[in-house]
Amino acid sequence: MTAKTVAIIDGGGANIASLNFALARLGCSGELTVDPARISAASHVILPGVGDAADCMTRLRDANLVDLIGSLRQPFLGICVGLQLLLDGSEENQARCIGVFPGLARRFAAARGRPVPHMGWNRVHRRRESPLFADIPDGTHFYFVHSYAADVTSDTLASTDYGRSFAAVLERDNFVAAQFHPERSSRQGAQFLENFLRT
Amino acid sequence: MQFRNHEVMGGIMELASRYVDEGADELVFYDITASPEGRSVDRRWINRVAEVLNIPFSVAGGIRSVQDAEAVLNFGADKISINSPALANPDLIGELAKRFGSQCVVVGIDSREEDDTYHVYQFTGDPDKTRHSGRLTIDWVREVQERGAGEIVLNCMNQDGVRQGYDLAQLTLVREQCTVPLIASGGAGTMQHFADVFTAAGVDGGLAASVFHSAAINIQALKKYLRKQSVEVRL
Repeated sequence: MTAKTVAIIDGGGANIASLNFALARLGCSGELTVDPARISAASHVILPGVGDAADCMTRLRDANLVDLIGSLRQPFLGICVGLQLLLDGSEENQARCIGVFPGLARRFAAARGRPVPHMGWNRVHRRRESPLFADIPDGTHFYFVHSYAADVTSDTLASTDYGRSFAAVLERDNFVAAQFHPERSSRQGAQFLENFLRT
Repeated sequence: MQFRNHEVMGGIMELASRYVDEGADELVFYDITASPEGRSVDRRWINRVAEVLNIPFSVAGGIRSVQDAEAVLNFGADKISINSPALANPDLIGELAKRFGSQCVVVGIDSREEDDTYHVYQFTGDPDKTRHSGRLTIDWVREVQERGAGEIVLNCMNQDGVRQGYDLAQLTLVREQCTVPLIASGGAGTMQHFADVFTAAGVDGGLAASVFHSAAINIQALKKYLRKQSVEVRL
């Protein structure tokens, strides 16, 4: 793969190592940063987001990144809570988020046979074609760990179901967001990341 | 559905790679001697494992503080699993959940049937130090969830190591009280045992160690078998 400069926005959560290793396995390295100049200059930007959505937003606001993120024009990938941060908001502690994608992250209701958090491998079904799913069969399992999810909207590239249908991947202009963890979703997850880096 | 493998150090990388190739959905690394000896896991290996693994993995053993947990997660683990330290200091569960989110916090429970009730044991990594915790399993299952546990691994000690099947009665009982993912541990000996625990007890994952280590059961073959039994698995 040709050289990419990948900025990983440091949301303060632990657990960035797995993403960095996944990029390294693709021959790429990510730089963990909150520096607006470095983020703006990167060829690709990833927002991982781990933990509480409201806490993440506080850290992004403190680092003056909220408006910057919304204005970026290079390929941008939000992962897990990173997807939720790109929505208008989240039910989690009533977080007001960045607003690239309309909608709210809504909490799952635990039910018999459907524990919360939702943790596990779900089949992801695409709703339209996209280079992001090149060489990935429809219905492939990806690994999810979350208690909140975005509703299916016209931005939804792929969806899955956990008691209700929800967005597995959102895409609008240069912004992509995955509710699953591509860095932990085996070969197909690596393929998804590679496809993103090719955009 | 998830499968987890339990490994006591030694040949970690070889085993980890083999399990990934076989299609394991998650790996759990236990240092079961860490708590009774009052020491923590040697964490350098976590980084090496994280470098090659492209599936989620948890680390258990000797995690007694938010700082211990942070180190483990920073090395690349996806989840931390606590057992004896949670019994010694139940507040730790909430502190970890608040800092890292419930999805990171697994509570392991070693449970043994006595006098028709299930009791929680601690320090089970060392037979000489193993002792009754003074808690009933069902009460502890409820409490750890209230405190923020995002997953429970129930190790049924009466079944452990004997390969006679998971403790379906106990797991069914605990399932009723468990609204977070429940992972069955202890007793797996045959493919049928896995099918039983998913269909009869409704658990979210089956954890096994010896049958996978010894290659008595190949994970890929097991998953194909389970799919034939109408258990939804990733192949």
